[in-house]
Amino acid sequence: MNPFILEIQNLTVNLPAGADRDYAVSEFNLHLRQNEILCVVGESGSGKSIMAKAVMGLLPEPHVRASAGKILFEGEDLLSTSPSRMRRIRGSRISMIFQEPMTALNPVMTISDQIEEVIFTHQEMPKEQRFQRMVNLLKNVHLPDPERILYSYPHQLSGGQRQRAMIAMALILEPAVLIADEPTTALDVTTQAQILSLIRDLEKEHNTGVLFITHDFGVVAEIADRVAVMQHGRLVEFGDAKQVLNEPQHPYTRSLIAAVPSLTPRTHKPIKHQPVVLKVQNLNKIFRSSGGLFGGRSASVVRAAKEVNLSIRRSETLGIVGESGSGKSTVARCIVRLVQADSGSVHLGDIDLLTKSRWQLRPYRKRIQMVFQDPFGSLNPRRKVAQLISEGPMVHGLPKTEALDRAYKLLDLVGLDPRSADRYPHEFSGGQRQRIAIARALALEPEILIADEPVSALDVSVQAQILQLLSDIRDRLQLSLLFITHDLRVAAQVCDTIAVMLNGEIVEYGTTMDIFLNPQHSYTQQLIKAVPGKNWTLPSLGKIPLN
Amino acid sequence: MSIDRKRFRYILRRAAQAVPVLLAIIILTFLLLKLAPGDAAEVLAGEAGSASPEYMAQLRQRFGLDKPIHIQLLAYMKNVFTLNLGFSFRHSMPVLDLIMGRIGPTLLLMGTTFTLAIGFGILLGILAAIRVNTWRDSLISIFSLVSYATPLFWVGLMLILVFSIRFGWVPTSGMEDIAAFHEGWNRVFDIAHHLVLPAITLSLFYLAVYTRLMRASMLEQAGMDYVTTAKAKGLTERRITLKHILRNAVLPVVTMAGVQVGGMLGGSVVVESVFGWPGLGLLAFESLFARDLNLLLGIFTFSACLVVAINLSVDIIYTFLDPRIEVR
Amino acid sequence: MQDFWRRFRRNRAAVLGLIILLAVIGLALTAPLIYPQSPFRVVSKPFLPPFGEYLFGTDVLGRDVCAGIAHGARTSLLIGILATVVAVLIGTLVGGFSGYYGGFIDDLLMRITEFFQTIPSFIFAIVLVAILTPSIESIIIAVGAVSWPPIARLVRGEFMTMRNREFVHACLVMGMGDLRVIFQQILPNTISPIIVTGSLMVASAILIESALSFLGLGDPNIMTWGFMVGAGRTFLRTAWWLCAIPGIAILLAVLAINLVGEGLNDALNPRLRHL
Repeated sequence: MNPFILEIQNLTVNLPAGADRDYAVSEFNLHLRQNEILCVVGESGSGKSIMAKAVMGLLPEPHVRASAGKILFEGEDLLSTSPSRMRRIRGSRISMIFQEPMTALNPVMTISDQIEEVIFTHQEMPKEQRFQRMVNLLKNVHLPDPERILYSYPHQLSGGQRQRAMIAMALILEPAVLIADEPTTALDVTTQAQILSLIRDLEKEHNTGVLFITHDFGVVAEIADRVAVMQHGRLVEFGDAKQVLNEPQHPYTRSLIAAVPSLTPRTHKPIKHQPVVLKVQNLNKIFRSSGGLFGGRSASVVRAAKEVNLSIRRSETLGIVGESGSGKSTVARCIVRLVQADSGSVHLGDIDLLTKSRWQLRPYRKRIQMVFQDPFGSLNPRRKVAQLISEGPMVHGLPKTEALDRAYKLLDLVGLDPRSADRYPHEFSGGQRQRIAIARALALEPEILIADEPVSALDVSVQAQILQLLSDIRDRLQLSLLFITHDLRVAAQVCDTIAVMLNGEIVEYGTTMDIFLNPQHSYTQQLIKAVPGKNWTLPSLGKIPLN
Repeated sequence: MSIDRKRFRYILRRAAQAVPVLLAIIILTFLLLKLAPGDAAEVLAGEAGSASPEYMAQLRQRFGLDKPIHIQLLAYMKNVFTLNLGFSFRHSMPVLDLIMGRIGPTLLLMGTTFTLAIGFGILLGILAAIRVNTWRDSLISIFSLVSYATPLFWVGLMLILVFSIRFGWVPTSGMEDIAAFHEGWNRVFDIAHHLVLPAITLSLFYLAVYTRLMRASMLEQAGMDYVTTAKAKGLTERRITLKHILRNAVLPVVTMAGVQVGGMLGGSVVVESVFGWPGLGLLAFESLFARDLNLLLGIFTFSACLVVAINLSVDIIYTFLDPRIEVR
Repeated sequence: MQDFWRRFRRNRAAVLGLIILLAVIGLALTAPLIYPQSPFRVVSKPFLPPFGEYLFGTDVLGRDVCAGIAHGARTSLLIGILATVVAVLIGTLVGGFSGYYGGFIDDLLMRITEFFQTIPSFIFAIVLVAILTPSIESIIIAVGAVSWPPIARLVRGEFMTMRNREFVHACLVMGMGDLRVIFQQILPNTISPIIVTGSLMVASAILIESALSFLGLGDPNIMTWGFMVGAGRTFLRTAWWLCAIPGIAILLAVLAINLVGEGLNDALNPRLRHL
């Protein structure tokens, strides 16, 4: 049995007056062993980040402070040690890595400066030895050409490289505990897979205890030895990973796991006989950053869409799957003419939308509508919900009373109280705003709905609800859906057909079944292999209780 | 590509961008000339009636005032490029010579002001930010607020009233005591003695600007993610403030400094006329009252080009401070 | 609205500024009632010190300094506000189109804006007033012409941010026309920063105008604070109050506007609490 290296007893962290609850963390208990990865899972607002900051002594005092409990580490209570002692522990005995590697590194200092300062702040070491140590550790985190990386600035490295550099920075003094606060959330799924396996390897090699914070159960399934589940600042479940993942006890854990989409594609109704409603052919788009008048910025060329061909039938859900920069959003934007394609055609029935002028296009706009990713940016903060939903039909000539009437019906359809119509967007949660956005899109009674990462910014339980809503609406209204996502689990559950994009090109295109069970292209295979927790079979837990 | 190569290319690009700006300045001056009441030749010759009719006829012919406007523009541009900015009859000297004679004192005043304002501005901004919301911060903030609201000419006059007239510590006007015929270091001290009040006057306003900017910049940087990382690494407060926050916070201040140069030149008109400091600003003031529009326009063109040159230098300095060159 | 006042009231400096500003405005409005005759009128012996028969004394020609202050308040506020309106109109148009359409229009308009920020603005203002001959109109035009670039930059930034917000995309996908998007959707979201910057700009407009008047470029028929300081300059030794008092008036007015402007900023953009 491994000894405990970190023990949190009855931790309570207060929030300032006026926050939506009194405590960020409440009577929290946890212990971390040496040589294990303990995943702390929770949705946004669960207090997991604050708990981590409390361990590090990084709480934004005096507004947020630990008011009760103990954090025992190497024989002392971290909550009652002096600030200078705490400072000496940070970085040398307990380290932390963060979510956004671009902003977490100082942009005007080289990587070597930033790693070196950890060493000489805590230890005496001659310069030569420091340098050698850094090079060795960079090799250890699989960074090629360590010397070049050391002399680079953060903006010269890729996201994955930056995160590796951060990991090196955290491990350079061989700390006993590594706290990782959502370190892979901002990375592409393939990069994420590499970083996860790196953390696992390093943990074994350096005998570190890792406290890994995440919201993604797939990640938990991939690397966790033990799991702690947090809700509203409290610990609701704690145990071995296999136990918690396959036989969750607490209702909240059960609801969270039930909301995780399975990688096994569901069976879909046949659509082969349905007519094609949208056909995209030879779509091309190159983004040229031309350097401005008189050469202000340097020029760059990005091939966002290259000879893209796809088609959607009535009632079909076509998914476009890809990582960031693959061009999937660009294709969607070209279809609705938010972006002007360079060449190609988009046929809605007989009509090529790309050849129409803006004025001619207007009547056709009703037939294709879009739901966007960011629930906070997609609604005008200064308009009431009723106005937001009825604006579209009114622009197209529907009289105000009828438009408002339609708005109320739609609010009902998306599961919102009709009194919502009189409120402003900021009064709603992310999931509710997304429902409003869906209602707005449906207000024009489109045939085709394009959803650009509609659930990526939502918590997993809310995500499940919105996906369910979209499926219901699609079935009821016989909508065709173009669903863009980077999350293969979501794609497996929602889509009938999938197009996989890489660097602007569609590399594979087929039914969901085919793609998942028999991927042909190497990139598709790579993508599927990289999904965290792919070997985890989701337990069957019955229907999701809606909270 | 290495940082140095990138920097070089960036500098070349910026220098190339300066050319159309210079052209635009000349065209603007030409348009202003056209806008002025009276014949352009009269304006160019200075006061109406000071020049002989033959000279006027010569001027008219030289500038092609009977020809269409684009020919006139070209002729004007040619003149400017050959550094012919016209002639001032009041001073009996070509405009360019006049300007070059007076540029020294203005550069001295501006250089001193720049150094004082930026130096103390950054210092005060840092002091205010690291002890934010304490009495020290409040004091510095109040001081900047008041300085920012005070008219330059009034500060100058009040400073003269107190320190020159009442206490007699510094002279009331001028750049040096001409009658004393100081030489070498004595002359330097004498000029410095005269420089004290004008420099303080002009710097007060910009000091306020930089203090507020630096303070805001420091506070903004202190909330950034990389500062959290630095704390998580166990670095000392001092190191975080000086090595991490400061190096990022100072960047917007440097950019702003470039932008403020034009304002400083404008301010020097007021300060120089209050203190009788014999620089370009005072020359501009004098040309106003002599109705010597040609001289005034010459000063305008010259100072605009000067600002372009200084902006370019500030840009170059900036590239040494911020490695993200291609991102800009 | 209630929220706004509550937040504004919390800022004591802003409230102080508001009080002073209201006093200045009050003075400006009541000037023709308290001092119905021209401030250029000679009322008594020259160089009477303040706090005697005349509150602020008399100047070199025997004119009432207090009357000058009162009428000067009108002029300063008038010029400050009108010049700012000119600057805001130009700046909003330039910045709005630049930020919304991007591309070539943005490059061109921004080059022009940068140009106007490069040329030394005060000297340019002097040149403009000199050419157009000094009068209230030419001063307003000159001050407006040098003040618009920061507004253009601000509006451009706001429009660019808004333009990339998904709610604007949603409106375009719905088929809304550009003008409707600009005026109905984007502009209401950008009003707050424009108001704040505009109010701060009134202060800087007053400073520029007073400097122009001090140098003798003011409208010769109108009494302004800057003119009074300029006229009193040669008598600094003996009648120091002729320079001091109008300068203090300028200082107080500008300070008050700055405080109110910053108060507006804090009240309109409540900062998020850090957690």
